[in-house]
Amino acid sequence: MPLQTPSQTVGPYFAYGLTPEQYGYYFKSLIGNQLVNPLDEPNAITITGNVFDGVGVIIPDALIELWDAQNKHFGRFGTGTDSQNRFVFHTLKPGSVDGQAPHLSVIVFMRGQPIHSYTRLYFSDEAAANESDPVLNLVPAERRQTLIAKKTSAGYLFDIYMQGEQETVFFEV
Amino acid sequence: MSELIYNHFDREVHPPYLSPEYKSTVLRAPSKPLVVIKQSLSELTGPVFGETHVGPLDHDLTRNSVRNGEPLGERIIVHGKVMDENGRPIPHTLIEIWQANSAGRYVHKVDQHDAPIDPNFLGTGRVLTDADGHYRFYTIKPGAYPWGNHYNAWRPNHIHFSLFGPNITTRLVTQMYFPGDPLLEYDPVFLGVPPKGRQLLISQFDLSVTEPHFALGYRFDFVLRGTNSTPFETA
Repeated sequence: MPLQTPSQTVGPYFAYGLTPEQYGYYFKSLIGNQLVNPLDEPNAITITGNVFDGVGVIIPDALIELWDAQNKHFGRFGTGTDSQNRFVFHTLKPGSVDGQAPHLSVIVFMRGQPIHSYTRLYFSDEAAANESDPVLNLVPAERRQTLIAKKTSAGYLFDIYMQGEQETVFFEV
Repeated sequence: MSELIYNHFDREVHPPYLSPEYKSTVLRAPSKPLVVIKQSLSELTGPVFGETHVGPLDHDLTRNSVRNGEPLGERIIVHGKVMDENGRPIPHTLIEIWQANSAGRYVHKVDQHDAPIDPNFLGTGRVLTDADGHYRFYTIKPGAYPWGNHYNAWRPNHIHFSLFGPNITTRLVTQMYFPGDPLLEYDPVFLGVPPKGRQLLISQFDLSVTEPHFALGYRFDFVLRGTNSTPFETA
């Protein structure tokens, strides 16, 4: 049986390859952060967040990918262009899939990460569904909040902490 | 019908999150154990890309960004196969490519290395594998470049790749190196890979695809996570 090809870091210079239009390079982007057009979709939501390192510094060269299995939407955004180094996605809020609470799959890449990380984004206004979600229930109760995006007047806020007391739960998928 | 479950990352060949010699891993590596979850439709349904996503010159980095001439440097052809751990080819899957130019300079705006930008080379492209899992593209051999990890640190020549495979469990971002590169034994990114996995990241010179008077060929195969179902299972 052939062995899996090992992962290597996405590095600091992924922008013109993976997110060229976002960063202003003259090459067509395949994948962006507008998974639906907010003008056409009254139910569109905006998800924003920062990625923090182990001493609480905002990481300006992370790449976040988002997968919505229900609507078959895939998005990608680097944290290097927003004035506050946030990731920003315009998408639909998914419904329940496979008996699970509404959620999005999130993949995190960055310089200094030799292999990517998987996490999930749940929604704070789905408390009842979250209570019975099989994946959230695998997570120690005190860490579940790291997976739940908070509803705000502007959409949903989902910060990712690589380390520390608030370290985000990452999954072996 | 049995569920297709994808194997986990083989941690005997993948680099760990924390690799202190590669300094930026220290504050960015998750410190708590990963929580193992059962794969569900969320993990197993995509994304899927196709022909409509790839432009006519996307597979030729020597031509897809020319302004006033040809890019400088050594033309090369990189080809190979994308398969899963069971050896089955993965057809029509997307491969994204990015790299430095022949002088070791990335066009990325934060790259401050004092080497020339090539106006005719952006250094990015993409291909789909064919029905048999093969891919092939043209580019310029990337140069080595210095980085700030430690005194006199240089990255070996390498090309970055992003692959999807059938779903998000098979996602892979990696780097391909060149045979005989003397910088490999000093590179903490490459050396972060356990010894069992290192050779898998080094391409092979391939005379069979080398084009006379035009370009050298290299072969590099990708193996993505496979499934637990075996075709030879007996009842």
